[in-house]
Amino acid sequence: MPNPLDFFAFEDLLTEEERAARDSVRRFVEAKVRPHVAQAWRDAAPLPIMRELAELGLFGATLDLGDGPTLNYVAYGLCMRELERADSCVRSMVGVQSNLCMYPIFTFGSAQHKEELLPQLAAGTLVGCFGLSEPDAGSDPGNMSTRATKVDGGWRISGTKRWITNGTLADIAIVWARTGQGASSIRGFVVPTDADGFSRHKLDGKQSFRASDTAELMLDDVFVPDEALLPGTDGLKSALAVLNQGRYGICWGVLGAAEDCFATALDFAKERMAFGRPIAGFQLVQQKFAQMSARLTHAQLLAWRFGRLKDEAVEKGGDIEGARTSMAKMANVETALHIARTCRDILGGNGIMDEYGIMRHMSNLETVYTYEGTHDVHQLVVGHALTGQSAFR
Amino acid sequence: MKFLVTVKRVTDYEAKIKVKADKSGIVTDGVNMIVNPFDEIGVEEALRLKEKHGGEVVVVSIGDKDATQQIRSALAMGADRGVLVTSNDAELDSAGVAKILEKLVAEESPDMVIMGKQAIDGDSNQAAQMLAERLGWGQATFANTVTVEDGKVTVIREADGGLETVSCTLPAVVTTDLRLNEPRYASLPGIMKAKRKPLKEVSPADLGVDLALQVVVKGLEEPPQKSAGQIVPDVATLVDKLQNEAKAL
Repeated sequence: MPNPLDFFAFEDLLTEEERAARDSVRRFVEAKVRPHVAQAWRDAAPLPIMRELAELGLFGATLDLGDGPTLNYVAYGLCMRELERADSCVRSMVGVQSNLCMYPIFTFGSAQHKEELLPQLAAGTLVGCFGLSEPDAGSDPGNMSTRATKVDGGWRISGTKRWITNGTLADIAIVWARTGQGASSIRGFVVPTDADGFSRHKLDGKQSFRASDTAELMLDDVFVPDEALLPGTDGLKSALAVLNQGRYGICWGVLGAAEDCFATALDFAKERMAFGRPIAGFQLVQQKFAQMSARLTHAQLLAWRFGRLKDEAVEKGGDIEGARTSMAKMANVETALHIARTCRDILGGNGIMDEYGIMRHMSNLETVYTYEGTHDVHQLVVGHALTGQSAFR
Repeated sequence: MKFLVTVKRVTDYEAKIKVKADKSGIVTDGVNMIVNPFDEIGVEEALRLKEKHGGEVVVVSIGDKDATQQIRSALAMGADRGVLVTSNDAELDSAGVAKILEKLVAEESPDMVIMGKQAIDGDSNQAAQMLAERLGWGQATFANTVTVEDGKVTVIREADGGLETVSCTLPAVVTTDLRLNEPRYASLPGIMKAKRKPLKEVSPADLGVDLALQVVVKGLEEPPQKSAGQIVPDVATLVDKLQNEAKAL
């Protein structure tokens, strides 16, 4: 009989190193992360594991930092899946440090940025965040209000950034600001979070992503020297290229959340008795599992193909098309959310209790559905690619 | 210092084990395979001793081709190189393992051989002791703490009913117990570096070892099914049943 969590032998598509990377992260997560996630949710407190995640080598694992071979994207995706099997917030913590902070420095930074910042970010002694979204500009970052004005010897930056993961922990923020008119004037800056005029506060009252450090950053005429500019950034497209890195991790990560819900629900359904038999024996329950399993299989295979294509593209010095990234993010997050909701249903009243973790995953996935490109906007990106017609303007 | 550490490929301790229909062994298809946990503790201890005293950690596995996976996993933790002795479980008993290791020790001249106290599949707990005997080396088994100083290894060992401290002149054979250390997780860069580390393959014939079995497994049985318990109304009935039904008293 096929493995219920791997119905089409996805495992056989992986190389030995890819499995080894996955297994090491899985062991770490099982021992050090999973036992604490329910409490972290209750306390709305991020897990203090930056240093341990760094020791595992997760930060910037796909970037060639000159100290040995790097991880390929499939292996990296598998690691994200293991982190999110415990909690989406843990995957996000790593994703922001690696993809939204180290990647733009690696791709758009000066030699000095790379030399000074990347080793510390990899070691977790420096924490980074990414500031693009604003209270009034989410899906339309081209209309951001944050501005950087050229002054003698540097820039003065003013504006507010919202929904910033790792925001109160961070030592540096990659802040995106307009330097003139229009989206093409947007550039990225490395801003120390202790700069004069920089303030931040935690966003309280979240009903999702509770174990994540989510903040608002306020920059009031913050001066940064010329060297703070990421010289390779050139308009909004640079920021969007960075987000495509994050979306890659999401496409894989949500598999972990979905699989965790599925496994919990399957165990529950085989044990839970109703009308003298396990509820797994009822047709309506079986239908739910069959449908979820088929969708999970699609999602696994899509993530794998996405990873292989991305590895091929990166090897040639490029990157995978944004529309493919959008489709993968859109499709897999929707699948994961569907599975989490269905599993919640199968558990009945127990489904809302945190000892099972399903409601926590489900609620986290509501955030994932919206962040790093809303579900709607990704559909429009795919729609544009399919029809040649832009629905944005 | 040079360390020779064994890593056996065994079934995952979380796996549900089934005996083959012909009772010749266990079903391994679809069963996850891991490094014997006691061996993993041995790798960790060798790495810590190397970090302290310098040297080299060589890992050896005796098994089929798939055992390279377990060697790689020790290399990913930080061991320097690996040796695979190609063989399979059916051809091996503890004496055979000891003979192979004896030849490897002659080739490698380690200061210390570190082995798990036993493998969690066969649970024989013999190979290390036989190896020490064949080599004429000191042995310290069931290590809880290992300290190296002035050409000697001092081992606090977990004996029945307490801890016992023994000291051996190096070279020596040490076996690990569960509480010796907590093995590190292989880091992702470690995993990527592991595939570039040297891994040599030899056969028992290359080593000149004759593997005539001294212990033959005749057959495996699953433990008997536990039958349902009974609830008795009082102590008198319990005693009566123990005496007359179970004949335990």
